[in-house]
Amino acid sequence: MDRQFWTYLGRRAVQSLIIIAIVIVGSFLLLHLVPGDMVDVLGGQRGDMDAELMAALREKYGLDRPVIVQLLEYVGNVLRGDLGYSYRNSNEVLNLVLQRLPVTILLVVCSVITAVFFGTMAGVFAARHSHRLADVVISMVVLVFYATPIFLTGLGLMIVFSVKLKLLPVGGLMTAGFSGSWLELIADVATHLILPVVSLSLFYIAIYCRLARASMLQVLEQDYIRTAYAKGLSTYNVIIGHALRNALLPVVTMVGLQIAELFGGALLTETIFSLPGVGRLAYDAVFERDYPLILGVLIVCAFIIILVNLIIDILYTLLDPRVEISR
Amino acid sequence: MSFSVGVGETLALVGESGAGKSLTAMALMRLHKTQFMDVVADRIDLQGRDIARMNDREIRQIRGSKIAMIFQDPLTALNPVLTVERQLVESILLHNDLSRAGARQRALELLDMVRIPAAKSRLGEYSHRLSGGMRQRVMIAMALAGNPQLILADEPTTALDVTISAQILDLLRELQTNLGVGMLFITHDLHAVRTVAQRVAVMYSGRIVETGDVDTVFTAPRHPYTEGLLAARPHGSFVDGGHRLREIPGTVPTPSDRPAGCAFAPRCGHKTTECEETLPPLELWGKAGFACFHPLEGVPA
Repeated sequence: MDRQFWTYLGRRAVQSLIIIAIVIVGSFLLLHLVPGDMVDVLGGQRGDMDAELMAALREKYGLDRPVIVQLLEYVGNVLRGDLGYSYRNSNEVLNLVLQRLPVTILLVVCSVITAVFFGTMAGVFAARHSHRLADVVISMVVLVFYATPIFLTGLGLMIVFSVKLKLLPVGGLMTAGFSGSWLELIADVATHLILPVVSLSLFYIAIYCRLARASMLQVLEQDYIRTAYAKGLSTYNVIIGHALRNALLPVVTMVGLQIAELFGGALLTETIFSLPGVGRLAYDAVFERDYPLILGVLIVCAFIIILVNLIIDILYTLLDPRVEISR
Repeated sequence: MSFSVGVGETLALVGESGAGKSLTAMALMRLHKTQFMDVVADRIDLQGRDIARMNDREIRQIRGSKIAMIFQDPLTALNPVLTVERQLVESILLHNDLSRAGARQRALELLDMVRIPAAKSRLGEYSHRLSGGMRQRVMIAMALAGNPQLILADEPTTALDVTISAQILDLLRELQTNLGVGMLFITHDLHAVRTVAQRVAVMYSGRIVETGDVDTVFTAPRHPYTEGLLAARPHGSFVDGGHRLREIPGTVPTPSDRPAGCAFAPRCGHKTTECEETLPPLELWGKAGFACFHPLEGVPA
């Protein structure tokens, strides 16, 4: 890692900060455009609040001040690492999000790995046998995965494997009141994650499979593949050693683009399988009009997505030496 | 078609685009696309072994170790995401009984052999960071990695500029003399033929129409097509006046609308009805011959 790399990293960091600033201001203003605030929700739920009490509450929490003042105060707080306080949950927003984040990250990372691995394998296999039976079958199966919404896949899998066959748990992150060794805990969490990961990744398996197939077919036409065969390499070695890395490039690009979408998918999956992740947190926060919490989730997610994209760009330069980091 | 390449000999295969030169080379290594075509060969003989009847495993053992290939465009023929070292060492390990360290040492020797300066630092490079001439030298080094007996060079200088092309031709000629390998040199550059080859075979629409010593064929061509090719060479200076080059009218027919008789007949000034109806056979006297009913007298072109 030379100096050029650090300059690049610095420039990307500045870019990322600008994007995060835009996310903060944009989300804040958007949420304030929505009529009704936290006090309205509280009032609606209690049913016994009069206008005077509501006004007093608004004043207490600073909700009566002009939006611009609230925004500036919020930005100032975020810069100090304070994402606000969730009155509904009686806890710091940052604490809430950080508590839930590991579950979501575990779900998303497992799903990405599953999707890329199986998607690429299926795609490469289909490309190897293009326009033959295996290719047609794979393409059809993958089309079904692609066309089925995540919630339907999730519910279907749950009915078959949990309710009917009773092979896998219905939901949750681990067995309630679990006690055992570390290894047993990992095994327990893993069995709970199988169905969520499968339902979240099936759709992406479909995308990566089609992408890998197309890109593999293109790569196999290249001159350097002919060179590899001319060296006397076996088909397997040509594909694994020479074609795969080139064919993976578009898949990696796609992963970067889809990370944001995957977080959206994670929300649905977490809700279906009652996993205590950030998605569920955001989902609940929306219904309770917990503005500080919604904002906090948005900002943390934006931060993670930007970070992941940076990592993928760096990974890309490692995969493809023709892409060089430059100022 | 029929031809042979001896040990330490270079046979040049010349002809217009579409004549089937590259296809011939591909078919020799069975690298052609099997879904589109089939090679019908009585015999492809390599030191007494018949390539045409080998199974996939046997042909793989021939590729790279007995017959190696140098391609036209070294930029696209080298894998862009692998280092020179990876690609070289891979070939070396495949065909030699060497350790990884030994293979690296051998890679350095090969790069020295093809005259790549500062070979050690080039090992870690990727093909896009090398110049065109350098890339082709790497390709040649890769071809030599398995100590082949026959090198198929498919227009190895077409993608290079004139100076570099001359250097590569010199290198090929020198390596071939030193190592005693046979070479099938495919080109449409007649000047290059003179530089590297001892014998030449002129191809037209999938067939050899004339073959023989480079000197004989070039000074006294017998087939009208050969004569036309030679006449179409630019000669003389561009500066003094400059005269219009002679050309052969028309183009090579596609395999699907090849005429019944001599494929060159529609473009030939000497054609008769016989030419249009019957295919002239390639008549050989020793290693020289031509396929024409109305050969030229053999006067210098």
